[in-house]
Amino acid sequence: MSDKKIYAIYDDDYVLLESAKHLVSKGIFIRDVFSPFPIHGIDPVIGLKRTRIAITAFIYGMLGVLLALLGIWYFSVQDWPINIGGKPNFSLIDNLPAFIPVTFEFGVLCAAHGMAITYLLRNWTLPGFKSHNPYPRTTDDRFVMEIHVHDNEGKSIEEIKSILNETYVLEIDEK
Amino acid sequence: MHKEAAIREPLILGDDVTYTKISNDVLATIEGKTTKSWKVLMTIATIVGLWGVGNILYLIGVGIGTWGLNKTVGWAWDITNFVWWVGIGHAGTLISAVLLLFRQKWRMAINRPAEAMTIFAVFMAGLFPLIHMGRIWMAYWILPLPNTFGPMWVNFNSPLLWDVFAISTYLSVSLVFWYIGLIPDFATIRDRAKSPVPKLMYSLLSFGWSGNAKAWQRFEEVSLVLAGLATPLVFSVHSIVSMDFATSVIPGWHTTIFPPYFVAGAVFSGFAMVQTLMLIVRKVMHLEQYVTVKHIEYMNIVIIVTGSIVGVAYLTELFISWYSGVEYESYAFINRFSGPYAWAYWSMMTCNVISPHLFWFKKLRTNLAFTFFMSIIVNIGMWFERFVIIVTSVHRDYLPSSWSMFYPTWVDIGIFIGTLGLFSVFYLLFLRYFPVLAFNEVKSILKSSGEKYKNMSDEDFKKLHPVKK
Repeated sequence: MSDKKIYAIYDDDYVLLESAKHLVSKGIFIRDVFSPFPIHGIDPVIGLKRTRIAITAFIYGMLGVLLALLGIWYFSVQDWPINIGGKPNFSLIDNLPAFIPVTFEFGVLCAAHGMAITYLLRNWTLPGFKSHNPYPRTTDDRFVMEIHVHDNEGKSIEEIKSILNETYVLEIDEK
Repeated sequence: MHKEAAIREPLILGDDVTYTKISNDVLATIEGKTTKSWKVLMTIATIVGLWGVGNILYLIGVGIGTWGLNKTVGWAWDITNFVWWVGIGHAGTLISAVLLLFRQKWRMAINRPAEAMTIFAVFMAGLFPLIHMGRIWMAYWILPLPNTFGPMWVNFNSPLLWDVFAISTYLSVSLVFWYIGLIPDFATIRDRAKSPVPKLMYSLLSFGWSGNAKAWQRFEEVSLVLAGLATPLVFSVHSIVSMDFATSVIPGWHTTIFPPYFVAGAVFSGFAMVQTLMLIVRKVMHLEQYVTVKHIEYMNIVIIVTGSIVGVAYLTELFISWYSGVEYESYAFINRFSGPYAWAYWSMMTCNVISPHLFWFKKLRTNLAFTFFMSIIVNIGMWFERFVIIVTSVHRDYLPSSWSMFYPTWVDIGIFIGTLGLFSVFYLLFLRYFPVLAFNEVKSILKSSGEKYKNMSDEDFKKLHPVKK
């Protein structure tokens, strides 16, 4: 079992996308793609499922709304109902219209920050972390496919390379 | 591959544009040496900013009495400046969020500098309520913190507290939105950097971004959801700012049209400020291929639309003040246009209601010098709008014996000028060390909106980018 990795370097996103389709049709599993900007349409080709990060944003947002309502209820209704102009805060429902702005803002705050933190953790990108793009130019003007040999059982390195050579690949590298 | 309608004008000009060239052009200022003009501007901005800081320290040391405020006019330049800066801070998120939801590709060339402007403008805005408190060291009292003064909490019925939550949410969410977009661009700078210090700095800033397919997929989803969250946020923030006035019972403030009117005004002034900055930036940093005349024209169209909304709002409140039959309300407006501050009212009317309509002429809205001039006029007009709303509504109240005028002191003026200096310091640092355009996003529209590709036939495209041997 070889744990070798093959890197196919392209100089264009469109060429990479079309080549990836060709490779997949020949039964090759592409482990990952590195690019300087998102290549639209690559996700279904290399078998990436849609991210669930938007759902987390909704959950964080709802938690924020509940927390804000709970806090406001405790501060303004339960603990010390402030009496302004003879209109004390009798109950959460009575005063709800005045409490909506803070509730909304706090919900947005929690949704946005919660999702951003989840995003950074799931991508494992935090200050001081090392990047793992195979070539420095993949963040500038190179587009690279990463193919693991052990993902493609029954195909030798030579076979994979010959399929790659059917596309307009700039360079093929083994690591 | 996806092609855009030929009738749409290209957003990236030039036949020589490639992915490499986009990086080279945008990063030239970061990778090159500091220019003399930058140093000169930075020196001026720092001096002005320090002058502002000195004035603020003097204000905090001596007290609010050093401002021109009096018993009748309790809010004047401070809140005028606050609303003005917050208004300017609305274009950035509007461009990146609302235009993203509408899939407007022209946003990509201007979203980054506009968001930077937003963040720095909101910094400046946030300063004014804080120093207006007088005892700034008690600023944390605006937060609902457990305390030893008995069970005393902040008042959640008050628009001023809503503002605390709105402005701080807006600032931090805009910052996150901006930074998440910056991470991949920092990674490019990191991977291109040759000397060790910049490499270390940018690898810290880029959080170890690698740009693999899953990360990009999450990136796009996060951008979309943040845009969806930021859009209602933008509208709510300036609505809440307007409620600082609208929920009070001062004639001239107590109107229900304030929220939409303030939001339109904010977008109006924000776009004007983006024009002021981008017209200089594109010229000095040689980004004319990416921030084209078409971009400027689109922004001018937004200025016409929002300027018209603002104009309708001015006329509506004027009409309603008469139609309502409330004599105090009528007087507030009669006083505005014929009282001692009529000059401010008429400068506001000229700058905000009449002048944007010159942009209906295509010749004028595609003329860069004229656009620059107009962007300054709009910013002056919008400052006067806030001054008119705030000062002329309160300087003649229900009791004629307490009527008075507001005269700014040198501390008022110094702090306002100082915030312009501080803003410029932040902006110049941004221009020097941060990627000024979202260039990796710009690369992604090269094929659909670049001039080179728009003029290309399908055969030529296949020749240029052959797929199968």
